[in-house]
Amino acid sequence: MRTAVSTLRLLEPRNLAEALRMLRDEPEAVPLAGATDLYVALNAGGPGPRQFVNLWRLAPLRRITMPGDALSIGALATYTALIRSRLVQRRIPMLARAAQEVGGMQIQNRGTLGGNIANASPAGDTLPVLAVAEAMVVLRSAGDERRVPFGSFYTGYRRSARRPDELITAVEIPPIEGIQWFRKVGTRAAQSVSKVVMAAVRAPRPRVAVGSVAPTVLRLYHTEAALAAGRSIEEATQALESEIHPIDDPRSTATYRRMVATNLLRRFWSDTARG
Amino acid sequence: MRFTLNGNPADVAAHPMARLLDVLREECGLTGTKEGCGEGECGACTVLVDGEAVCSCLIPLAHVEGAEVTTIEGLGAAHPLQRAFMDEVGAQCGICTPGMIMAAVTLGTRPSLATIRTRLAGNLCRCTGYEAIYRAIRRP
Repeated sequence: MRTAVSTLRLLEPRNLAEALRMLRDEPEAVPLAGATDLYVALNAGGPGPRQFVNLWRLAPLRRITMPGDALSIGALATYTALIRSRLVQRRIPMLARAAQEVGGMQIQNRGTLGGNIANASPAGDTLPVLAVAEAMVVLRSAGDERRVPFGSFYTGYRRSARRPDELITAVEIPPIEGIQWFRKVGTRAAQSVSKVVMAAVRAPRPRVAVGSVAPTVLRLYHTEAALAAGRSIEEATQALESEIHPIDDPRSTATYRRMVATNLLRRFWSDTARG
Repeated sequence: MRFTLNGNPADVAAHPMARLLDVLREECGLTGTKEGCGEGECGACTVLVDGEAVCSCLIPLAHVEGAEVTTIEGLGAAHPLQRAFMDEVGAQCGICTPGMIMAAVTLGTRPSLATIRTRLAGNLCRCTGYEAIYRAIRRP
């Protein structure tokens, strides 16, 4: 590890209330869950957080439950837990599908849904799914609890509505009507960061969201409107092209991403056509 | 920090944020676990924590407190997978081999080729082309 371990400090809360007090009292402290992102940064060295709050033992945050109409997924639920959960498979199979394409099984066994959200990468595999699911992000702080619609959670590249003293404790998924669809395109099926990742729901009012083509995950409202109005798929792809802002980076080029994103929209539409 | 290491109680005085990989190799003298990429991409450092395959380069020591950790040394030389990897020559340079075997242990007996390909996607080998590795895992 290129970061000197002696420079690091790990706070060990015994329960959620204590973790929230630590985040309030230590503004520099960063929540540490499955460590699959944070330890990559620590291994690489360089600047970054040095103080962490260990969430791993806060078992209540792992629960996946259905307290009412909405499915509640604890922030510490791992990708493996999402893949195995009957509730997830039944209510939001596209999330189980996305979880299967995150890293290899070693990463799936430790990486968490809350971590994927908090890390705020525009390439996060579960993020387009949460966008089309119209999920609510549950944020707790020492004094408060609030719910932020996933669609307004990200405020810019790697920036979100979460304050440093807040913890993502759960995600709530309302019932989803329609056919769910997910596709990630990368250099290989597993263990790659996406070039483009798309989730969509085929319903009278279709929903489409896409990752890796803008500073944050994008919900494609104009594309959805074109599809809902019964316009041709060509017109819908034109709307998509006007909504995305892909760039050239080490993983891909803007031109290729545009082509793949429009192809994915076409594929979504033909895969989910009925009758 | 107390945990169970290859079936025996272990008590290690190391920083809670030290990587499990470094603790195993440098504090416990178990150098069978290898460091490959150090960023969770290659699987060379795979060990089991409570029976699940993880990359030990991404595990803070604090996360194994009270847990059961199994390394390649814990399988023992007589393990059928160790024997199968030797018989099928499922190793060339050998750096990926302990991680491959630890990942394969979680697949149960006689997994399908499709299962092996999916579940071992996080274990990279730059020598063998994987065919001998897959043969070895399908054998025991």
